[in-house]
Amino acid sequence: MYEGVVQDLIDELGRLPGVGPKSAQRIAFHILQADPADVRRLAHVLTEVKAKVRFCKVCGNVAQDELCRVCRDPRRDPAVICVVEEPKDVVAIERTREFRGKYHVLGGAISPIDGVGPDDLRIAELLRRLADGTVTELILATDPNLEGEATATYLARTVKPMGLRVTRLASGLPVGGDLEYADEVTLGRAFEGRRLLDV
Amino acid sequence: MHVAHLSLADFRSYARAEVPLDPGVTAFVGPNGQGKTNLVEAVGYLATLGSHRVSSDAPLVRIGAERAVVRAQVVQGPEGDTERRRLLELEINPGRANRARINRSSQVRPRDLLGIVRSVLFAPEDLALVKGDPGERRRFLDELITARAPRLAGVRSDFERVLKQRNTLLKTAAMARRHGGKGADLSTLDVWDQHLATAGAELLAHRLDLVAALQPLADKAYEQLAPGGGPVGLDYRSSIGDDALAGAAGREELYGRLLEALTAARRQEIERGVTLVGPHRDDLVLRLGPMPAKGYASHGESWSYALALRLASYELLCADGGEPVLVLDDVFAELDARRRERLAELVAPGEQVLVTAAVDDDVPGLLRGARFSVENGTVVRQ
Repeated sequence: MYEGVVQDLIDELGRLPGVGPKSAQRIAFHILQADPADVRRLAHVLTEVKAKVRFCKVCGNVAQDELCRVCRDPRRDPAVICVVEEPKDVVAIERTREFRGKYHVLGGAISPIDGVGPDDLRIAELLRRLADGTVTELILATDPNLEGEATATYLARTVKPMGLRVTRLASGLPVGGDLEYADEVTLGRAFEGRRLLDV
Repeated sequence: MHVAHLSLADFRSYARAEVPLDPGVTAFVGPNGQGKTNLVEAVGYLATLGSHRVSSDAPLVRIGAERAVVRAQVVQGPEGDTERRRLLELEINPGRANRARINRSSQVRPRDLLGIVRSVLFAPEDLALVKGDPGERRRFLDELITARAPRLAGVRSDFERVLKQRNTLLKTAAMARRHGGKGADLSTLDVWDQHLATAGAELLAHRLDLVAALQPLADKAYEQLAPGGGPVGLDYRSSIGDDALAGAAGREELYGRLLEALTAARRQEIERGVTLVGPHRDDLVLRLGPMPAKGYASHGESWSYALALRLASYELLCADGGEPVLVLDDVFAELDARRRERLAELVAPGEQVLVTAAVDDDVPGLLRGARFSVENGTVVRQ
């Protein structure tokens, strides 16, 4: 145990995701020895991020204003919505530069173990967006794990009466990889999702 | 296949141990509590990624050490005049992910080791297969399924995870009802049903195939161990009902039956807050003649039955190709003279047989081979 405020800092850092007690201690001493200006800048952005960043009132992505950059952009296709779990998934899909529609961020996935049910996610907001009929396709891009799949199944069942096109991202082989290194489950999925090679 | 060299670091009582092994019979002899079983447990761990003695990994690591390492040089073949040598390494980190290497390449996951070392273990705990709870028999079936088709390890863990999620949901709902609130959120239950039935049907289909393949082999083995004592019969009892099971052939049909059974059981499940239908509630009924062995068979008969199940697994794995290592951990002391001789005759031709015993006399004469004495955590070749 360290004295007073040093220990407080270590405790606070230790609560961050992916930071264990040893790392928390290392970061704390790094901060102690750092230039005061650097530390002030860090403290400033920390308060700034809580004060300024909000969540887009349409899609739930992180935003500086009422709407996020994607929702503000008139060139984005309002007929297609891609549903993801977290804002970081939006960033990942944006990097592909392939998708020109809009997003909807759920804020997690259904998982009773973690106490997360449909009401804890932004599903009601999604249904409201779908109500006016502009959206024709819903792309379900939740994580390809059990909870993500369950969330996708739940959404597909819920929106079924609306009669829109519901698609799920494909699972399969990583590009540029070797077939032999793929695990059996992924390879099995890739077989299921194989497509006709039209030449 | 056989293990040509076994090396342990901080595993159980061993700080370090290097054990060169040959094909054929090898016996480890020494007083109790000196570490004989730890050696064969390590071989079993490489084969199943689990211990037959404990369910968590923590006891496998030597007290005071952070991780344990098990290394084995595994030889497959010879087929024609080529044999294949591979070095398997597994680092056991309790509470964290284990790490595995094959031939020094770290590109593999522990699960990739499954299916390389294959072993059939006979242990005093086997008596629980006959006398114990259904869970023992389910584990026996599932471990054998994974040894034959490593991919099923993924299906098993998926099933466990869905079950845990679904049970949590039911439990929360049951609690909410009891505390007066009527509207617990069960809107996602259908979704979990679907996922439970998918993984459950696959597991169930494999179990049914396995039981069908095991039945004649177990009967044959029992006849060899105790002539005229049988016949033995294996009946799979499913929580979806035997009628439902009888009519269902493939995975698709089992999926349908599981969903129907879940729907039928739903009210009861919500009341009790637990999943009542699925492979996790099934049992394998072991019949001896017309009666179930559990509760009716004598101590000796129960032992013969347990041994017959292990011998049948061995036959089955041999038929798949690649003879498994036979491990007999302290079993001879438990058996009467006749069963001891029979068992020795049946296992003696195995490609590699590892035997542990407290005293020399417990190793049947037929199983003369290499001998190590194990005392105070040191293993010395005699």
